[in-house]
Amino acid sequence: MNSPALYERPGIYLIAAALVLAIGIFGLIRRRTLIGMLISGELIFSAASLNLMAFNHFKAPDPAVGQIFVLFIMGLAAAEVAIALSIIIAVYRNYRSVKTQALSELNG
Amino acid sequence: MNGPIPKLAAEAIFVFALATTITGALIAALTTRIIRSVCGLAICCLGLAGLYYFLHSPFLALMEILIYVGAVCVTIVFAVMLAEPDEPAPEARRGTAFLWSGLALVVCAVIFWGVYQLGAQQDWAAPARRVTDGSIKAIGVSLLTTYSLAFELISLALLVAILGALAIARTGRTKA
Repeated sequence: MNSPALYERPGIYLIAAALVLAIGIFGLIRRRTLIGMLISGELIFSAASLNLMAFNHFKAPDPAVGQIFVLFIMGLAAAEVAIALSIIIAVYRNYRSVKTQALSELNG
Repeated sequence: MNGPIPKLAAEAIFVFALATTITGALIAALTTRIIRSVCGLAICCLGLAGLYYFLHSPFLALMEILIYVGAVCVTIVFAVMLAEPDEPAPEARRGTAFLWSGLALVVCAVIFWGVYQLGAQQDWAAPARRVTDGSIKAIGVSLLTTYSLAFELISLALLVAILGALAIARTGRTKA
């Protein structure tokens, strides 16, 4: 019996998901504009979805449940993007900037 | 796996999808021009669609491309055109910026290590038996029976999100 193929090992998917999560958090900390932070947030969503799908395929008794859950995550991510972008547009109209340094009106 | 594609070719495609995902994520997080960052997000989602395909869920691969590349990235591109969100020029490059970058790197390395230890290093029990096969038909049946309430609620959430986005973006326009 030869070893399982590369795409049949759950560890690789989990490491990839953890890597994307770490990259997303790094971007969320280091980005200095609101849209950049939103993109990094999407990366974090994607990492969570990939993690869920890996466990769903390899370890879950009902593989349909994880797919439905990831579908709901995608729907909520789309809704979140719509709301966040409209807030960003409103902020840009008021401040003429989406840099996080400029949005310091509540800074004490 | 003894399909029409030999194992080595399938592994090569898998590694390509994996590299696409990681590279896209790196582009999305590290470039200064925000439009390249959006392109990186699109590339990352294309790679993720490939990974979903290898996880035996072609429906989700299609949805990933349709929603993320087709809707989310295009919406972000519209916002990029309406605002001017390029990264500001770094003011204090030598001192504090490198310090904060190093700190962020340490934070995300710790998070990666923690998730790696929690997820990949554990010996998760395989299921005794499969209830369904995870096909598109099984997804459809589950969506319309067990998860019908959640299915309806997410459509409501999307509707409220659309209305809220319209309301928020419109109020600023009347004032300006």
